[in-house]
Parts: sequence; C-alpha cells; structure tokens
Amino acid sequence: MSEVVVVDYGAGNTRSVCAALAHLGRASIVTSDPGRIRNAQFVVLPGVGSARSAMAHLDETGAAVALRDRFADDAPILGICLGMQLAMSRSEEDGGVEGLSLLEGDVVRLHESRVPRLGWSIVEPWGEAYYFAHSFAVRSPDAIASVDGVTVAVRHDEFLGVQFHPEKSGPAGLDFLDQCLSLV
Amino acid sequence: MPLPRLIPCLDVAGGRVVKGVSFVGLRDVGDPVELAQYYSDGGADELVFLDITATPQDASTITSLVAQVADVLAIPFTVGGGVRSVEDAKRIIESGADRVSINSAALADPSLITAIASRFGSQAVVVAIDAGDGVVHTHGGRVATTTETVPWAREAAERGAGEILLTSIKQDGRRSGYDLVLTARVRDAVSIPVIASGGAGSASHVAEALRIADAALVASIVHEDPAGLVGLRKEIEELGVKLRPLKERYA
Repeated sequence: MSEVVVVDYGAGNTRSVCAALAHLGRASIVTSDPGRIRNAQFVVLPGVGSARSAMAHLDETGAAVALRDRFADDAPILGICLGMQLAMSRSEEDGGVEGLSLLEGDVVRLHESRVPRLGWSIVEPWGEAYYFAHSFAVRSPDAIASVDGVTVAVRHDEFLGVQFHPEKSGPAGLDFLDQCLSLV
Repeated sequence: MPLPRLIPCLDVAGGRVVKGVSFVGLRDVGDPVELAQYYSDGGADELVFLDITATPQDASTITSLVAQVADVLAIPFTVGGGVRSVEDAKRIIESGADRVSINSAALADPSLITAIASRFGSQAVVVAIDAGDGVVHTHGGRVATTTETVPWAREAAERGAGEILLTSIKQDGRRSGYDLVLTARVRDAVSIPVIASGGAGSASHVAEALRIADAALVASIVHEDPAGLVGLRKEIEELGVKLRPLKERYA
C-alpha cells in the first residue's frame, strides 16, 4: 500500500522522478500495469515525449482506464508536464489528440517570443522558482497557479498537475514533491 | 520569459571530467558525479556534459555516467559529444539526461535534428554551433566548413531544435568576454532560446551576455573556483540581471 507508482508510457525519462522520490525516502516502481496503478498509494504521471504516442501507450496498456478509475475513486495522482497535459480533454499537439479527460480544459501551443520555454520561472502565487521545459500549456477552469499569465498548475479533487519539473527543480522541487507525498 | 540561466560546462573523457578543474574539498576532482552535485548545490541552473573524446567505445561509459549523474542531480542536464543517431539520443535520454546536444552529426545530416525532436520533443534537442569568421567549424573548432553560422542556426531551429548552443571559437578560453555581436545576430534569427558560450572572464561578461542570450555557458571562470559560483551569481545580480533565487541546500 505504501507504494508510489510512476506511470510508464514508453517515452519518458522516469529515472529522474524515481531518483527524486528515493531522495525523499520513497520507493517507487515504474510500470504501466493497470492493477498497480489502481492500487498504489500515490501515482505520478511523468512528462516527456509527445502527447500522441503517450496516449496511444496509455490506451494500449490499460493504464488510461486505470487512471480514470483512480481519479473517480479520489485516489491521488500527480501529473508532471506532459502528465498534466494528458489529464485534459484535448491537446492541439501532433495535430490534435484526445486526452484522459480527468479535468476540464485543453492544451494549446505557447505563444511567446521563444518556444520552447526552457528555464526557471517563479510560480505565482507560490513565490518559488521551478524548472520548465515545454512548448504547450493548459487552459483549464481548475487553474491554481501561473507564470506570466500562463497556467502552470491545476487541481481538481485528488488530481494535482504541474507544468514544471519538481524532480529537476533542486531543493524547491524536492520540497514540493515532499509536500505532495505528505498529503496522502 | 524564464529567468536567465548560468550553465557550467564539464568536459568529459573516458567517463572522467578533464581540463582545468581545480576543486577544493572534493575527494576526486575527476568524478563527474561528485562535481555535478557540487555545482548543483552551488547554484548552477543547469549543467552541460561534453564528451570530448566520444569514440564509439565510449558509448557504454557515457551511458553509465549519465545514469549515475541523474541519480544524484536534481537540476536539468544536457549531454553532448558523440550523439550521431536517434538511438544514441535515446540511450542518453533514457539514462536520465534531459537533453542531448548535437553538432557535427547534425551538419552531416540535418534530418537528425527532426528525428530526435519528433521522438523526444524539441526541448530535448540542443544544436551546438562552433562559429568563427562567419562559418561553422567542426572537430572541436579546428576545421572550417562552408556553412554560414546564422543561416545554419535558422535551419536548425526550423528543423526542430529546441535551443542553440553558440560558441565563439575566437573568444573561447580567452576570458575577454562573449562575442555579443554574433550572439545577438543568432538570437535575432531564431525564435528558440540561445545559449552564449566562449569568453567568460568576469561577472560583467556573463551579465552582458545574459542581456542578449537566454543562458550563458561558463567553464574556466567557475572551474578555477567552483565555490565562487554563488558569489558570481550575486555579482551578476548586482549588475542588474535577475537570476533564479537560490534555496537553502536540501537537508
């Protein structure tokens, strides 16, 4: 029961997430097994790769259904970067991809002078700097934090999604992960 | 815009950090893992590891190094040198690197940029350009090509690069300041972030580069005094360039 599951969807760099969890004294396993995802105490949906291939992998393995079940059961999920974007209903990445539809909202391409957005930004209203690497961003009524007016965190029931990479955000990121885990 | 980044670059050969690193208080100055942790704790925003030998036999060495670094480092890092195929990039990213940097291989076959970007996203592909006299150089800056720097940067961005690492060969190692004119020309030609590289000798050099570029690569200036990185950041901020606020070391 004390297991943390990091969802594997075939493209991600899951190693850094597991290393950050280990640093916090939490054992984790990387899997796409629906049963493990349903029953884990805490699930991290990490983020690297493209929306289309990630969704295809989640659908094929049954992980998508397990994540929806988990959400319906009010069991905690942390979505990181693409992992947060996948929780929305739709993304315009790769010519349009249907998401997990856990939350209301969609994913649109960033319109800034330089894309991808690479680097550290202070998240408001939290006042802490975290590391970002993304070309797309969410628009959702469940927004809880932003950078330059762009939504960078969403929360609905037991799903928390962040656009930044806590596992790559130094001490501030580890603190953030620790707080997420301490809530369960 | 994100806060400007300060990026120490570590040269690696045979799985060991080489070239001009004079650390105090480290058991082993050549251990990339220990150095990575040191810089990470000391205020680097990101790190670059450049495998300067990059022979095919090095493939497994670099993979295991990347994995060890990823296990201790809680900031992003890029690995360059010897990435010649999507498979090379895959191996390095799956071992825990955030991004790969490609240089001569991208010049030889520009479609490699697109191939890696479509697999791992643009943010995972850095195109490194060694520039001198208006043209791109290969072989560590020793061989001039006929490819012009600015058009090549533009092409790399169009093909899916997520960032340009621009090194001025003329300025590299001279510690007399970055090539600001070249950096500005490349920045104006692309709509992806640009890392300025080559020439940092003082905080004011870095500060002026960060007013033009999104990030600055630093090597000798920090390797000579790694403990001085925090002080360097402070000096840069005093010159009016706001950097990421540092948090107390995680206990």
